[in-house]
Amino acid sequence: MNALEVKGLCKNYKEFQLKDVSFCLPKGFVMGYIGENGAGKTTTLNLITHLCHQDAGMVSIGGITYEEDTRRYLESIGFIGDESYFPGTFRLKDVKAVCKMMYSSFQEDKFDQMVENWKLPAKTRIANYSRGMKVKLMFASVLSRDTSILILDEATNGLDPVMRAEVIEMLQEYIMDGEHSILFSTHVLDDLEQIADYIVFIHRGEILLNQTKEELLESYVMVRGDVADLNEGRRRKMIGMIQGAYGFEGLLRSRDAEGFGSMFAIEPADIDHIMLHYIKNGGKENACR
Amino acid sequence: MKVIISNQSELPIYAQIREQIKEQILNGQIEEGTILPSIRKLAKEVGVSVITTTRAYNDLEKEGYITSVQGKGSIVLPKDNEVMKERYLMRIEEGVMTAIHTAQYIGMEEEEFHNLVSSLWKEMEE
Repeated sequence: MNALEVKGLCKNYKEFQLKDVSFCLPKGFVMGYIGENGAGKTTTLNLITHLCHQDAGMVSIGGITYEEDTRRYLESIGFIGDESYFPGTFRLKDVKAVCKMMYSSFQEDKFDQMVENWKLPAKTRIANYSRGMKVKLMFASVLSRDTSILILDEATNGLDPVMRAEVIEMLQEYIMDGEHSILFSTHVLDDLEQIADYIVFIHRGEILLNQTKEELLESYVMVRGDVADLNEGRRRKMIGMIQGAYGFEGLLRSRDAEGFGSMFAIEPADIDHIMLHYIKNGGKENACR
Repeated sequence: MKVIISNQSELPIYAQIREQIKEQILNGQIEEGTILPSIRKLAKEVGVSVITTTRAYNDLEKEGYITSVQGKGSIVLPKDNEVMKERYLMRIEEGVMTAIHTAQYIGMEEEEFHNLVSSLWKEMEE
């Protein structure tokens, strides 16, 4: 069963198009949605959470679409944004009142408990909360009701390491029972990546890679060396070569690594490097000329 | 059970988990019949993805160290299980081979080697 299914999603803006975006997130797993700034991550998430309407395609959550059952669809999503979506003039009690009004499954005592654990000040206006407090408040509002999927849009940006570790723990707690799933977007090397089961890589509005993280990390290696040692054959195998004054760096498919001798340094690639070199390569699968 | 992940390791994370559990089963730190933590529990404790721990457990099962029992979880197979016996034997052989190599290198006689083994054996039993 899929927690989330996105099929042929399109959205046309004047200067940006989201083109035929499709992916599935099985129930109980975590998906990282990665890409550089402006690649279309937030647009996709906004279409899923129905902050805006798609021009084509469909999204279903737990098998139901927004059109089929709007209330159930929206209630099953817990959204955490890169900035607080509560009005800055709100205080804790206002947030609580709104959640109570909007969501039938909102549990007041659970909310109070979390707010107390995290020592969120009751009298301070949200506008004066720190970044960490705002994130905690969003988590409290979302985790105190029944959701089936958490959607995080760059939610850990600008958080200190302690808070990031706390968020990761919270997320892992959330998927523990195998019934809950998580979709998060990020553009930076992120410790969130360590808990991702699937990686979807979007570039200029199109999906470039969609794999389990394990497969992805196994499929590529980094190669570094002296440009003088590169013949035509080797050059052609490389994806997005970056040349410096003292050597080059490139991405290789693991199976192509054999053609490179011991004069090259070959080591496992991380997701950041895979993303970087793909973008350097113009977002193409094929290696450069 | 202990699992320590290194980001500097050449081994992928699932293989690190697999090798560490394997080692602890073979050296007796994890005893036969032990129920391993669930895939999701382990993922949470170690801070890795569910697919990563699933893969480690699948490998351990394929290689005959553990078995998964519906409703119970993953259980370490008994020592006298055919496959496990084989694994322990291999481990003993490896150890003895290293010892023989060293013995031959310094020109020790076979009988002398046997005597050394017997006396150490007795010492351990006491």
